Amino acid sequence: MAASILHRISGAALTIGGLAILVWWLMAIAGGADGYARFIELVSHWTGKVVLIGLTWAFFQHLLTGIRHLAMDAGQGFELGVNKGAAIVTIAASILLTVALWVYILGVFQ
Amino acid sequence: MTVGDSATPLAKVRGLGSAQHGGEHWLRDKVQSAALVLLGAWLLTSLLLLPTLDQRTLTEWLRSPLGAVPMALFVVTGFRHGLEGMKVVVDDYVDHEGNRFAVNTLLLFLAYGGAGLALFALGRIAFGGGA
Repeated sequence: MAASILHRISGAALTIGGLAILVWWLMAIAGGADGYARFIELVSHWTGKVVLIGLTWAFFQHLLTGIRHLAMDAGQGFELGVNKGAAIVTIAASILLTVALWVYILGVFQ
Repeated sequence: MTVGDSATPLAKVRGLGSAQHGGEHWLRDKVQSAALVLLGAWLLTSLLLLPTLDQRTLTEWLRSPLGAVPMALFVVTGFRHGLEGMKVVVDDYVDHEGNRFAVNTLLLFLAYGGAGLALFALGRIAFGGGA
């Protein structure tokens, strides 16, 4: 249940926030060095970072529950123990991957 | 509207599914999801492998076919998947039929507009002369 509602919440966040930032990012790259610098300035603000970290978690959570759903659609993992275990793995892994990626990003970019 | 008693059993049930093309839609959704697993992994790996993430490096990357083509596919597939996913959520949670239609139509416009803008930007990066 929790994994299912997280899939929906993360999916909606990625659609509304993630795709908007994707469009903005591509427009900023197309806009030249100055426009891109402005984009980086805005997303480097702490509120920008909070949004990006949230979207990173949404990306991993949605990706992992999505893979889990694909396996279930192929008829795998319906046993109660396996199913619950896999749901917990998606949540733990999405948090771990988000932390690992942002430790790396914040390490490289100061 | 009602099917008469003379209709065959098949005629009585044909088209009664919620979306009327359920099986096809379901399969397309699975293929789309699998494509996004690959494209999402490609995007993340590419960004991690690029030496820097300044505007010049990103422009060069998105000018090469191996950058531009998967990014275009990611944009198109991502927007389509987002739109169809949002429709599932809206259909589940918005009770009033008129509101449901309005929200779905708004999302449709936003998705096509957003995808159009992203592809325009990508075309400008890939084929633009400057920078």
